[in-house]
Amino acid sequence: MYRYDEFDERFVRERVAQFRDQVARRLDGSLSDDEFKPLRLKNGVYLQLHAYMLRIAVPYGTLASRQLRQLALIADRYDRGYGHFTTRQNMQFNWPKLRDVPDILGLLADVEMHCIQTSGNCIRNVTADHFAGVAADELEDPRPTAELIRQWSSLHPEFSYLPRKFKIAVTGAEHDRAAVKVHDIGLRILKHPQTGEIGYEVIVGGGLGRTPLIGKVVRDFLPKDELLAYLEAAMRVYNLEGRRDNKYKARVKILVHEIGVEEFRKRVEEEYAKLNGPSINADPAEVERIAAYFAPPTYEKLPGDSKAYAAQRATNAAFAQWADASVFKHRIPGYAALTISLKTIGEAPGDITSAQMRAVADLAEKYSFDELRVTHMQNVVLPHVKQSDLFAIWNALREAGLAEANVGLVTDIIACPGLDYCALATARSIPIAQAIAKRFQDQQRQRDIGPLGIKISGCINACGHHHVGNIGILGLEKNGVENYQITLGGDATENAAIGDRLGPGIDADEVPDAIERLVDVYLNQRLKDEPFIDTVRRVGVAPFKDAFLAKDSSKTEEAEHAVA
Amino acid sequence: MSTPKRVPLPAILLANDLLDGDVVFSTGDGWTRDPSEAVIAYDDPTADKLEAHAKAAFAAQQVVDAYLVDVAIDAQGRPTPRHFRERFKTLGPSNRPDLGKQAVYRAL
Repeated sequence: MYRYDEFDERFVRERVAQFRDQVARRLDGSLSDDEFKPLRLKNGVYLQLHAYMLRIAVPYGTLASRQLRQLALIADRYDRGYGHFTTRQNMQFNWPKLRDVPDILGLLADVEMHCIQTSGNCIRNVTADHFAGVAADELEDPRPTAELIRQWSSLHPEFSYLPRKFKIAVTGAEHDRAAVKVHDIGLRILKHPQTGEIGYEVIVGGGLGRTPLIGKVVRDFLPKDELLAYLEAAMRVYNLEGRRDNKYKARVKILVHEIGVEEFRKRVEEEYAKLNGPSINADPAEVERIAAYFAPPTYEKLPGDSKAYAAQRATNAAFAQWADASVFKHRIPGYAALTISLKTIGEAPGDITSAQMRAVADLAEKYSFDELRVTHMQNVVLPHVKQSDLFAIWNALREAGLAEANVGLVTDIIACPGLDYCALATARSIPIAQAIAKRFQDQQRQRDIGPLGIKISGCINACGHHHVGNIGILGLEKNGVENYQITLGGDATENAAIGDRLGPGIDADEVPDAIERLVDVYLNQRLKDEPFIDTVRRVGVAPFKDAFLAKDSSKTEEAEHAVA
Repeated sequence: MSTPKRVPLPAILLANDLLDGDVVFSTGDGWTRDPSEAVIAYDDPTADKLEAHAKAAFAAQQVVDAYLVDVAIDAQGRPTPRHFRERFKTLGPSNRPDLGKQAVYRAL
């Protein structure tokens, strides 16, 4: 893991002191509300419905045990004993008091954490594949790249007042688990087809929100050592030409969309040609220093398949089912990357109590080289566990209430906090997720349905990524009532797609039935072992739309009966 | 001068406490955390008074994000916001009845 050097340490400490002073000046009236607001946002402090909210950066989703324990301490001392993992791999606390935030930031700095650039019109926390460094399908660990971008973008003087927020994601794997095509910039580490050199495919202009768009490839191949200068050129084009007159059109996706990818590429290349690359690109020694922090841990030499694990699986069906859902193939024989579901049926997606944080931190320390990952799916990963330890981990997770066997299944639902917490929300998300999870909680049925991603947002800003859900749910207000639009066929992977709306919005209590009708169409239409999204692609939206709208016809029939 | 457009009456005035961030209700000359103690404005002069109170409290660094919310009055004479957003703001997260005002003020 990356460790702060003296400059990082000093920078974060100074920032805490500055914010303490800014809070004091707000309270004595030296700073107006208008002056203070951007300052608090740049330190991750929002004002939500019931309280302030503090968003803590978890760079590229990587956490050490001591950091998660510190988050548990903050949850107990300054919040309500729990936190919430977000779709940007960050953690949010829902109840901090402004008076306590400087102290909380101090506690975070003690464990090399901060809230800088988790809000505001700047380059936000860089996200990465949560299986970085361990996935069998990976070419190269994306985290050194993500860390390099974090350092370059932190307080970058030219890019601290962008037209709008800017989100970057990096993957080094064949399969995209970081949703790079729906980011402002997505980077995919790849090998040059002719030379075999490692570099980046640069994708620009993806995004969700009120105008969902899939990113376009602006550079097929960018040599690795040219990254920062090229990013600088792309950011400069955006910074100069992005729409500052209309916040709804201010993201880079709108610029790329309006002028076209060829024109955008041309402008970036022109800017790039003018830049003094060597003065911007990172010193190779610094790149090496950063990369060294992400060197693989010292794995044991183990047989590819643990006999103990096989025996435990054979004698305990519940354990085997949990492992089937939760274990991801590790590139090192005998090891597994383990996803811990934060989607216990009946709980809020992504919420974790302080006791659970400590339990997970203990497991990471004991079994996973002290390392954890947060996923954009709002789950947690122990990236390096021995297969032979899985049974002990399962038992510990059961005690902690964290052994739900639903990773990647229909009840592993992404949901933003929605109107239960968020001041921007137009409807609730969490109760919808809870109701669907309850409806599909039967283990056998979930396994039978197989991989299916439901994603829920409580407003058009799409923090719950509903556009790229296999089934997406968007909560809106209609005539003073919460109303939910359903989309189908979205995909956040390398096959990125925006879902199609199935029809008019429906009431909250109609959502589980609607999802059930869509699942029934899939079960009737699927070919052997065909996942939900593939069936949707093969048969098209029409049969699903018919089933979705069927509730209206049944209502009409009822009405006709009533009249008759 | 035309009267500025405001929510239909009756209304209460709510805000967030600057230091703590939690929701507070105007009592006309002070602030309460108990929604049943909120002053209910049935007429424009009372609503004006609540808004003047909020303006002064904002200027004095006591509250932020203050605004009038139209309410229904229950049989006990207590105000309930008509819009679901403001109802949640008054109560707390609907998935966590153990948190927010709903946990403290059991009658809600």
